[in-house]
Amino acid sequence: MKNIYKIRAAFKKAAFLFIILFLLGFTPDYGDTIVTGSIGEPRTLVPILASDSSSGAICGLIFNGLVKYDKDLNVTGDLAERWDISQDGLEITFYLRKGVKWHDGEPFTSKDVEFTYKSLIDPKVRTPYSGDFQMVKNLEAIDDYTLKVYYKEPFSPGLASWGMNIMPAHLLEKEDLNAAKFSRNPIGTGPYKFKLWKTGERLELVSNHDYFEGRPYIDRYIYRIIPDTATLFLELRAQAVDYTSLTPIQFKRQTETEFFKKNFQRFNFPSFGYTYLGYNLNDPKFKDVNVRRAINYAINKEEIIKGVLLGLGRVSTGPFIPESWAYNKDVKPMEYNPQKARELLKDSGWQDQDRDGILEKDGMKFSFTVITNQGNDERRMTLEIIQRRLREVGIEVKIKIIEWSAFVSEFINKKRFEAVLLGWGLSLDPDMYDIWHSSKTKEGEFNFVGYSNKEVDRLLLEGRRTFNQEERKKIYHRIHEILYEDQPYLFLFVPDALPILNSRFKGIEVAANGIGYNFIKWWVPRSEQRYTR
Amino acid sequence: MNKLTLFGLCIVGFFIIIAVFAPMIAPYNPGQIDIENILTAPSGSHIFGTDSLGRDLFSRMVYGTRISLMVGFIAVGIAAMIGIALGAIAGYYGKWIGAVIMRFIDVMLCFPTFFLILAVIALLEPSIINIMIIIGATSWMGIARLIRAEIISLKERDFIYAERAIGASDLRIIVRHLIPNAMAPVLVSITLGIAGAILVESSLSFLGIGVQPPTPSWGNILSEGKAVMGAGWWMMLFPGLAIFITVLGYNLLGEGIREKLLR
Amino acid sequence: MGKYILKRIIGLIGLLLGITIITFAVIHIAPGKPTDLEAQFNPKVSMEARERIAHLYGLDKPLHVQYIEWLKRFARFDFGISFMDSRPVAQKILERIPITLTIELVSIILILLIGIPIGVTSAVKEGSFYDRFMTVFVFIGFAVPTFWLSLILMDFIGVRWGALPISGIKSLEFEKFGNFEKIIDVSRHLVLPVFVSAFGGLAGISRYMRSSMLHVLKQDYIRTARAKGLAEKEVLYKHALKNAFLPVVTILGLSVPGLIGGSVIFESIFSIPGMGRLFYESVMARDYPVIMGVLVIGAILTLLGNLLADISYAAVDPRIKLEG
Repeated sequence: MKNIYKIRAAFKKAAFLFIILFLLGFTPDYGDTIVTGSIGEPRTLVPILASDSSSGAICGLIFNGLVKYDKDLNVTGDLAERWDISQDGLEITFYLRKGVKWHDGEPFTSKDVEFTYKSLIDPKVRTPYSGDFQMVKNLEAIDDYTLKVYYKEPFSPGLASWGMNIMPAHLLEKEDLNAAKFSRNPIGTGPYKFKLWKTGERLELVSNHDYFEGRPYIDRYIYRIIPDTATLFLELRAQAVDYTSLTPIQFKRQTETEFFKKNFQRFNFPSFGYTYLGYNLNDPKFKDVNVRRAINYAINKEEIIKGVLLGLGRVSTGPFIPESWAYNKDVKPMEYNPQKARELLKDSGWQDQDRDGILEKDGMKFSFTVITNQGNDERRMTLEIIQRRLREVGIEVKIKIIEWSAFVSEFINKKRFEAVLLGWGLSLDPDMYDIWHSSKTKEGEFNFVGYSNKEVDRLLLEGRRTFNQEERKKIYHRIHEILYEDQPYLFLFVPDALPILNSRFKGIEVAANGIGYNFIKWWVPRSEQRYTR
Repeated sequence: MNKLTLFGLCIVGFFIIIAVFAPMIAPYNPGQIDIENILTAPSGSHIFGTDSLGRDLFSRMVYGTRISLMVGFIAVGIAAMIGIALGAIAGYYGKWIGAVIMRFIDVMLCFPTFFLILAVIALLEPSIINIMIIIGATSWMGIARLIRAEIISLKERDFIYAERAIGASDLRIIVRHLIPNAMAPVLVSITLGIAGAILVESSLSFLGIGVQPPTPSWGNILSEGKAVMGAGWWMMLFPGLAIFITVLGYNLLGEGIREKLLR
Repeated sequence: MGKYILKRIIGLIGLLLGITIITFAVIHIAPGKPTDLEAQFNPKVSMEARERIAHLYGLDKPLHVQYIEWLKRFARFDFGISFMDSRPVAQKILERIPITLTIELVSIILILLIGIPIGVTSAVKEGSFYDRFMTVFVFIGFAVPTFWLSLILMDFIGVRWGALPISGIKSLEFEKFGNFEKIIDVSRHLVLPVFVSAFGGLAGISRYMRSSMLHVLKQDYIRTARAKGLAEKEVLYKHALKNAFLPVVTILGLSVPGLIGGSVIFESIFSIPGMGRLFYESVMARDYPVIMGVLVIGAILTLLGNLLADISYAAVDPRIKLEG
C-alpha cells in the first residue's frame, strides 16, 4: 500500500518537473544573430532624409516615432504613452514616455521632438517628408514630457504622421543634417544600436538592453548587401542568410523541397501596395469612361495573378489594401468578359474597318504605348499578358521599359505618356489627397493621370478633416466606389509579401500588419543558436 | 585549312542559317504566352522547355539568334565604318589631322570600354539601336589603328603614284585602292568584334539594360534564367551554351584568318 | 631614359584633358536628373521639396559653367560630393579601389603565370593536339559569359560542396579573427572571383604570346642559333623567349581597361564592394560626381598601366624611341 503513495508522489514530482521543463521550452532565450539579405544598400541613416526601403528598414530598428501601428493596424503609442486630440481637431497633446534614453545615455525629451519637427520643415534640409508637417501651425513643448501640436486646420492623417522617427537634438542641432557624419553612425532610442557599416558589404546592429519595451531576444542584427538575386538565393540555400524576400517563382518552385521545408519557414500575406495601369486621361483615346471600362472587361486579372504572381496575390478594386478599414468590400470587380469589352468599344465608336485586327475611330488606330520602369520583372510580365489580351479585342499595345530616373522626370512628370504600369506603396493612413485631388496635377505631383471629380475632391478634403473613424470609413468607401466606376486606373492586384526565415526563429505571428511588428520578441532556442557572441 | 578554323566556320555558318530561316525553324510563335505551362522542363512538345510565361524556349532561342547576331553585325559594322574612315584619314593625310586622330584614339583607349557603354546605355535608354551604336562607337579604335598602319605603308607604293599621276582624286584613291588592300587584318578584328558584341549584349542584359523583353535575345533569356535558377535549368543552359559556342566559333574563325594572313 | 619618361608624362596631360572632356560629355547626354531617384516617386515628396533639392545640388547652372567648375575642383583633387549619400566622392572611390586592384593584380599575375607558358608551349608544339586543345581551352574562358560561369561555380562549389564561400569578401565573424586567419578568410572569398576574372583574360595573353613566339621562331637568328648547334632548350629560352616576350608587355597595358570594365559583372555577382559595382550603382542613380570620378580614375589607372608597360619595354629594348 505504501508503494502506491510512493509511486503517486514520484509521479507528481515527475509531472511537476515535466511542466517546468515544458514551460522552459517556451521561455524565450536570449542570444543569436539574424542575418538579413538584401539587394539594396541604405543611403543614409538620418531618418528624415532617407526615402529608400533599405534605409527605412535599418532606421526602423534604431529609432522610434511618437506613435506606431500595432498588429491590427491601429495607431498605438511608441515614444508617446498617450495623447489627446482636441474636439475641434486642431490640437494634439502628446504625453511622452519618461525614462527613455538615447543609445549614448542621454535622456529623451520633448526637445528632441521639437528639433525633429523643425528639421522637417526646414527648407535647407533635403527631406522628402515635409508635406504632412507643413499642415502644422505651431509646436510647443510644455515641459520635458508634454508636447502640444497645433494644426492649421483639422488634419486626421496628422496623428499617424507622428510615426516619423525622432532624432536626438543634443547630437544634431548644431549639424548640417544633409552632410552629418551621423548618417553613417546613428544614435537612436530604438531596440537596436548601430555597431558598424562596411560600405557595400553589411551593416551590424546590436540589441539595446535598456530598450523601453524590454530587451530584444535576438542579440545581433546583420544586414548583408547582396546585389544579385541569384546570389542572394544561393546564400539563403547555404544558410548564410536567415531572412529575405522571395519572388513568386522562388516561393512556389524553388523552396518546396524537403531541405527548405525543414530549415525554413515561409510566409505570405498581402503587401502594402497595389499595382495598376494608369491612363493619361487627357489623351483622347482614354477620355471616354466606357473605353476604360471596356479595357477592364478585356483583361483577365485572375490570369495575371496566376501567371505573374503564381497565385500569390489578390485582385484589387480600389486604392486601398484589402485589410484596411477604408477598403470597400462591396465593390465587386468586373469580370473577365472580352465580348462585353468589344461591345463597349463598338458603342464608343471603335470599329475595325480595314480588317487588320486593330480598331480605328476617326482615322486613328487604337494603338498605344504603356511605359513602366526597368528592373521589375513582375510589371514586365504583367504588361506582356495585358498586351496579349488587348490584342484579342482589337487594341494594339506597345511596351516600353525605361530606366527609373528618366521614367519619372521625362515621362511621368512631363505627362508624356499614354498609359503607365506602376505600383503605389501605401502608408497605412488612407488619405490619398496627393494622388486623386484635381489640384495635384502640376509637374512632379502625383495626380499625373489628370483625374478630376468634384465629389471625390470634396470627399478627400472631408476625409482629411474628420477624426471619427466610422465617418472616415464611409467617406473612403464612397471614394473607392466612385474610383472603380470611373476607372482612372485599371486596378490590377495586390501582390503578396513573401518573406522567408530560417526555421530556428520562433515567435513569428502573421497579422494584419505583416510579421515585423513584434520583431523584438522573436527568439531562438539556445540549442539551435548558430552565432554565439 | 586548319581543322579548328573549319570548326569555327561551321559554327558561324550554322547560326547564320538559323537566324535567316528563323520563321521556318521555330515551331511556335516566340511571343505565345501560355499560363498553364509556366517553366516546364524540356519535353516532346517543347524541346527546350518553356519560360516563366509559358513561352516555348526553343522558338525564343531561334528568334533570339536573329537579334543577337544582328546586334553583333551592326555594332561591328558601325565600328568598322568609323574605324576605317578615321584610320584612312589619319594614315593618308598624316601630320596634323593624323596626330589629332591618334590622340583621340589614345584617349578613347584609356577608358574601360564597358564602363562607357554602361554609362551611355543607362543614361539614354536601352533600345536595340542605342546598344548597337554605342558598342560600335566604343570599339572602332583597334580597326582605325590597323587601317592607318596599312595605309601608311601602302601609300608609298608604285600603283598609288600611278593613280596620282593620272589625276585620280584623293577620295578615289583612298576608297577604291587603299582601303580594299588594307582590309585584310581588319577582317580579323571584325570577326572577333562580333563575338565581343554578343558578349557585351549578354552583360548588359545581366545588368537589366540589354535588349528589352519581350524581344528575345540570348542575353535577356540567360538573364531571366538567372532569376529562376533553381526552377528551370534549361533557361540558363541553352542560352549560355548558344552564346558560348557562337563566341568560340567566331574566335576560332578569326584566329584562323589571322594565321592565314601571316603566312 | 629620363627624357623619355618626361616626354611621356607631358603627353599624359593632354590625354587627361581629353579624358575629362569625354567623361563630362558622356554624363550630360542623358535626360533625367538625380533628384528623381532621390525622391523615389514617393507620394510624400512635394514639388517644392524637389526644386529645393535641385538647387542645392547646383544643377540649375549652364553646362559649360558646370564643366569648368568641376575641372577646377578636380585639379585640386576635390571630386565633389556624392548625390546619393553626400559623402566625398574621393572617399567613396578610395574605399573601393583596393579590393578591385587586388583582384585585378592577382588576376593579371595568374594570367601571366598560366597564359605565357601556354602560349610558349603551344607555339613550340604548333599544330599538335596539345596546341589545338589549348586553343579551345583558352577560348572557352573568353567565350563563356562571366555571370553564367560564376553562378555555376557558386552553386556547385559554394552550395553543394560547401568548400568556398559564395559571395562577399569577408566572413561575418571577420572582426574576431587573428591576422593570419583574416588573410586566409579574404583569400578564400577571392578564389572564385579571381578565377573567373583570370579565366576570361587567359585567351588574350596566351594567343598573343603564341603568335609572337611563332613569329620569333621563324627569324633568321634562331636558325643561326640552331645551326650553331645550340641545344634546343637554350635556343628557345635564351633567345626566342626573351624576344617574343617584349610585345606581350604592351598587351598587358591594354588588358587593364578590359579587366576593370569586366569588374562590373563579377563584382555584382560576387557582392564584392569594388569600383565596378560603385560605378554601376552610381550610373543607375545618376550620381554624376561619382560617375565622373570613377571614369576618370579608371582612365588614369589605365594610363598608368600603359605608362609602366611602355617604360619597361623601353628599358628592356634599347631600340625604342618615342613614336611621333
